[in-house]
Amino acid sequence: MSFDWFVLPFSIGALILIVVLISRYILWVIKLSRADRRKSWRSVFSFKLFQAVWEVFNESLLHRKIFRVNALLGWMHMTFALGWFLLIVIGSVESKFHKEKVFNMPYDPIFLRYFEHDVHGFWFAEGFTTIMDTILLLLLVATIMAVSKRFFKWIYGMKRTTKLHPGDQIALASLWLIFPMRFIAESFTAGIYGNGGYLTQTAGDIFATFLPLKSLELGAWWTYSSALCLFFLFLPFSRYMHIPTEVFLIYLRKAGVKTPDNKLTGFSEFETYSCSRCGLCIDQCQLSETTGYDDQAVYFLQKLRRNILQEESSHNCLLCGKCTNICPVGIDITKIRLLKRTEFAPEMLFNYRHYENVIHHDERKVDVAYFGGCMTHLTPKIKIAMTGIFRKLNIRYNFVDENGSICCGRPLKLAGNHMQARDLMQENKRIIIATGAKILVTSCPICYNIFKNEYKFDKIQVLHHSEYLNLLHKEGALKLTPNEEKMVYHDPCELGRMMNIYEPPREILEKSGKLIPVQKEKNFADCCGGSLANLPLSEDNRRKVSKEALTKLLAPSPDILVTACPLCKKTFSNVSDTPVKDIAEVVYERMIE
Amino acid sequence: MKTFGYTIQNDRQIDFDAADKKLYRYVAEKEPDINLCIFCGTCTATCSAAEFKNMSFRKISLFLRRGLTENLKREIESCMFCGKCTLVCPRGINTRNIIFNIRKGIEEYEF
Repeated sequence: MSFDWFVLPFSIGALILIVVLISRYILWVIKLSRADRRKSWRSVFSFKLFQAVWEVFNESLLHRKIFRVNALLGWMHMTFALGWFLLIVIGSVESKFHKEKVFNMPYDPIFLRYFEHDVHGFWFAEGFTTIMDTILLLLLVATIMAVSKRFFKWIYGMKRTTKLHPGDQIALASLWLIFPMRFIAESFTAGIYGNGGYLTQTAGDIFATFLPLKSLELGAWWTYSSALCLFFLFLPFSRYMHIPTEVFLIYLRKAGVKTPDNKLTGFSEFETYSCSRCGLCIDQCQLSETTGYDDQAVYFLQKLRRNILQEESSHNCLLCGKCTNICPVGIDITKIRLLKRTEFAPEMLFNYRHYENVIHHDERKVDVAYFGGCMTHLTPKIKIAMTGIFRKLNIRYNFVDENGSICCGRPLKLAGNHMQARDLMQENKRIIIATGAKILVTSCPICYNIFKNEYKFDKIQVLHHSEYLNLLHKEGALKLTPNEEKMVYHDPCELGRMMNIYEPPREILEKSGKLIPVQKEKNFADCCGGSLANLPLSEDNRRKVSKEALTKLLAPSPDILVTACPLCKKTFSNVSDTPVKDIAEVVYERMIE
Repeated sequence: MKTFGYTIQNDRQIDFDAADKKLYRYVAEKEPDINLCIFCGTCTATCSAAEFKNMSFRKISLFLRRGLTENLKREIESCMFCGKCTLVCPRGINTRNIIFNIRKGIEEYEF
C-alpha cells in the first residue's frame, strides 16, 4: 500500500463531505410526502433510472442548456464537469491497472504519479498519461476562463455575475487552486522521475532547470491535497453543493416527484441546493434593471438556504417567471417564492361566507359560460367585444360575472393566502357549474391560470378568449377582413410563461392584420409591470418597469399594441401613446357579420 | 346602492384617548402611500366585494386613521384582494399592500 501523510487532508475532507451529504439527503427525503417517497424508491427499478442517467450526462456533464444560452459559459462548465469526471474515472482505471488490484485506496488515483514512478508498456508510458494530460490541460484552460470571468465578465456577455458570500469565496479559491496545483505537483514529480505525459513532462523538465524539485515536490503534493480538502469542507456550504445535488434532483424529477401546489417539501430543498449561482437570472430580472433591486432568483435562493429570508424578499417580485424560464437547472423558482409567501401571509380577518349563493342565473341552457374577471370590468371594451362576438355568431352564452362576481382566488394565492382562496374557489366553481355550459371562456389570463390548473372541472373545457376566438376562426364560424394596420403582440406572463399559450393569439392576429415580431417575445417577453404578484412595488417603480417594457415593444413602431390580458392593457394604456387593444377588440372590429 | 362612506361621520368629537394609532403607524411604516389618500371613493366605486357587501376602502382608510380597529376588522374581512382599487386610484396608492399590512398588523398586535 502506498502511503504518505499528505494523503490525509484529502481523505479526511472527502470523508466529512460524504457524511454531511448523506445526512442532508436523508433529511430531505424524509421531508418528502409519502407518495413521493414511494415514487422515488420504485423508480430505481425502472426505465426511469436510465432516463435520469442520460439526462445527468447531458445536463450535469455536458451542460447542454447553458451551451444553448451562452456557448463560452457552456464550454467552461462542460470542461470543468466532464473533465473532472473523466479525470476521476480514467484515473481510477489507470490506478487499478497500475496496482493490478480492483479494490485500491480511494486516494490512489489522485496521487498516483507521486507513488508510481515506474513507466512500462504502451499504456503506462504513453496511453494513460497522454489522456490524463489532455484532460488536465482542458481543466487548466477552464480555470483560466473561470478566473477571467470574475474580472472581465463582458467577455462572457454578462452584465453582472453573482455576488459571492464568504463560503463561496473560499470554495472558489480552492477550486481555482486544485487544477494548477495538480499540474505543478505532477510536473515536479515528472521532472525528477520522468513519469509525466506531454504536458507535465515538458513542464517538469523546464522546472528542473531552475528549481530544486526534490525539496519542493512534497510541498506541492501537500498543497494539492489541502486544496482538495478545503474544497470538500466548504462544498456543502457553498454554491458547489449543486454538483452532487443536481444529480439527485434530475432523478427525482424523472421519478415524477414535484412540488405540490400547497406546500414546500423536501423536493424544493433539492431544488434550492441545486442552484449553481450561475447568475443567468440576474440580467433577466426586470426589477433589477429599473429599481436597483437585489432579490433576484439567485439571491432569493441563497437567503432561503441560509434561512435568513425576510418577507420583503418573498413579496417583492413580479412572479413573471423569466428567471424560471432561463434557469439552466430548471428550478421552479416562481413556485418556491409563491409557496414561501404563505409563511408571511396573515391568516385571520377573512370571511367569505356572505358570498355564498349571492349569484343566480336564469335557467336557460347555454353552451358557453363567459367569465370576464375583475380586471375586464375595468377595461369594458373587452367585454363589449366578447359579448358582441357571441351575439353576432348566435352563440348561446351566459355572462357569469355580468353584474360582478366573486374573485377567482388567484390574487389571494399570489399574496400567500392559499386557504382563504380555497373558500372563494369552491363558491366560484359552484356558480360556473350551475350555468350548465360545456365551455368556460375567460378574458383574464390570471383567472384562466387558476381555472385550468386548480379548479379541476370535470366536464367543462376552460379556454382563454384568444384560444376560443382562434378555434371559432378555424371552424369557419368567425370570418375576418384583415386590414393593413401594423400590430405587435405582447405576451402576458400568466398566459405565456405560466400557461404556454403562444400560438393561438398569434394565429388569429395574423389573420386579422399585419403582425410584426418584436425582439423579446414568447417565453422571453417582458412583464408589463402591472403584476398583481408584487405587493410592495410602488406606483413609480411600476411605471418605470412598464415604460421600459413598452419601449422595447414599440421599437418596430407599430400602429397598435395588442395584448390578451386586461391587466396588461390597463397598465400599458397608462404609459403608452400608441393605442393598446385587447385581441378581442381587434377581432370584433374586423369580423364579417 | 353603494355607500361610498361619506355618511359614516357620526356626531362625535375625535377622542384622542379612545383612538389607538398603533395600527396606523404600523401600516404607514410599511406603506407610506396611505398618507396620500384624499378619500375620493374611487376605490369603493370599483370594488368587486362592494357589489355584495358593505365594503369600502375609503371607510377602511378613515377607520385606520381614527384608530377604530373594531369597525376596521368588520369592514376588511370581505376583501378578496383582486386589486381593482389599486388600478383605479388617482393617487397611485398601493391599496392592496395596505389591506395586507392592516391584516398583518391586527394579527401582530392581537387587537
